[in-house]
Amino acid sequence: MDLLRRSLLSLGLFVAVSGLSTVPGVAEPAETITVASTTSTEQSGLFKELLPAFTQASGIGVKVVALGTGQALDAARRGDADVALVHDTAAEEKFVGEGWSTKRYPVMYNDFVIVGPKDDPAGAAGASVVEALRKIAAAKAPFVSRGDRSGTHSAELRYWKEAGLDLGAVRGDWYKDVGQGMGPALNTASAANAYLLSDRGTWLSFKNRGDLKILVEGDKRLFNQYGVMVVNPDKHPHVKAKAAQAFVDWLVSGPGQAAIAGYRIGGEQLFFPNADAR
Amino acid sequence: MLQTLEETFQRIAALDPEVVAIAGLSLRVSLSAVGLGTLIGVPLGALVAVAAFPGRKLVVGCLNAAMGLPPVVIGLVLYLILSRSGPLGSLGLLFTPGAMIAAQTVLVIPLIAALARQIVADAEEHLGEQLRSFGLGPVRRAAILIYDTRFSLVTAILAAFGRAISEIGAVLVVGGNIDGHTRTMTTAISLETQKGDLPLALALGLVLIAIVLAVSATASLLRSYAMRAYG
Repeated sequence: MDLLRRSLLSLGLFVAVSGLSTVPGVAEPAETITVASTTSTEQSGLFKELLPAFTQASGIGVKVVALGTGQALDAARRGDADVALVHDTAAEEKFVGEGWSTKRYPVMYNDFVIVGPKDDPAGAAGASVVEALRKIAAAKAPFVSRGDRSGTHSAELRYWKEAGLDLGAVRGDWYKDVGQGMGPALNTASAANAYLLSDRGTWLSFKNRGDLKILVEGDKRLFNQYGVMVVNPDKHPHVKAKAAQAFVDWLVSGPGQAAIAGYRIGGEQLFFPNADAR
Repeated sequence: MLQTLEETFQRIAALDPEVVAIAGLSLRVSLSAVGLGTLIGVPLGALVAVAAFPGRKLVVGCLNAAMGLPPVVIGLVLYLILSRSGPLGSLGLLFTPGAMIAAQTVLVIPLIAALARQIVADAEEHLGEQLRSFGLGPVRRAAILIYDTRFSLVTAILAAFGRAISEIGAVLVVGGNIDGHTRTMTTAISLETQKGDLPLALALGLVLIAIVLAVSATASLLRSYAMRAYG
């Protein structure tokens, strides 16, 4: 029995110690806020550039949970985040309208591109976004959709509408709704040699491109605005409103905007600060 | 394919402190969960094996069925409980390693309990009558049989560890895969796959397999040493 008791005791001790101790070597900031954001900002690597600069300036740590825009706003509604940084202006205005936040701040924009096979069977290269979608639908060329209520997904649905196409009527086997993040959608498109709408940042940092390349870009409709909001402490009293507001203030300040503009992949700027926008 | 493999080995050779920290968190979460799961699951399984009570068959059936609980469902249920809008929201555990430990503990308890019940029940067939003839109650009998089967129980605990460290559904949902805080080996592998960096994903995968092998080898060595010393 002694051995059992001893081993149980040491096991319990181990659990207690390992459960309490934090990861060694990481100095914990005095206060840490949680930001619900999108896969596109996380996977493009922007946060790795921005957050250390903010923590250095303010002493506030930032944890980012990367979700689709719809999910990120839901997490904020549930009170599981202090800040939401997303890209779906209509959904953001609704979020503020419902009182979940008192103010939405424009931060930056990037742009979407239509990526597709190099040999371009639908002949979409160089067209406007709505023209390209019409050609893809007419050719029934494989098209991958995020299908996950993300900002990119709602932008795609908006473009189909603007192209005058009723997706419910025209969609068929060629339209693949993957219900996943930008990366998995790109992986699927790369494997299936399909067209898809991607944000430029994720595309630039994406490595498994196969035969895909950018076919449509620069169309004004493809601009993709990001907004940031502090979760309303009246709705969720535990929200670290002061630290969260400090983060938002820094993002829209000179140094924050400069840090956004300074982030590049292969010399290409991914996000364009525009805190002075609507 | 060959090129991917070559790159994979270059990445393994260049493993940086970040990967070491991620591997450390994976180990810390899964070992803690298996430790807690053992403290709860082994006595639970042993008691079910030796005690006679109404509805025992049902309990055994439930334990066996619960071995197959999908991690992502456990994650989702725990997410709803730990969310700020949920019943335990005030703990502020969501998106922390604590939540991940809780989820994996829930995941491994049925597995450990069901296997421990089977192991102890088999031992009871040989020794049960004798123990009962001493007039020992179920708690004493369970304790003696646990001690008697301790080396077999190690295998059950190892199986639970394998399930915990290789799952992604639960830790992803309740942990949030936050860089530097709740990113584990499995969520990192998934993330790198999503980013299309397949060589790095594969490198991390090989590291994870190496960790599992190392833990199971260590346990086997300890077990054979203990068997020689105390068996």
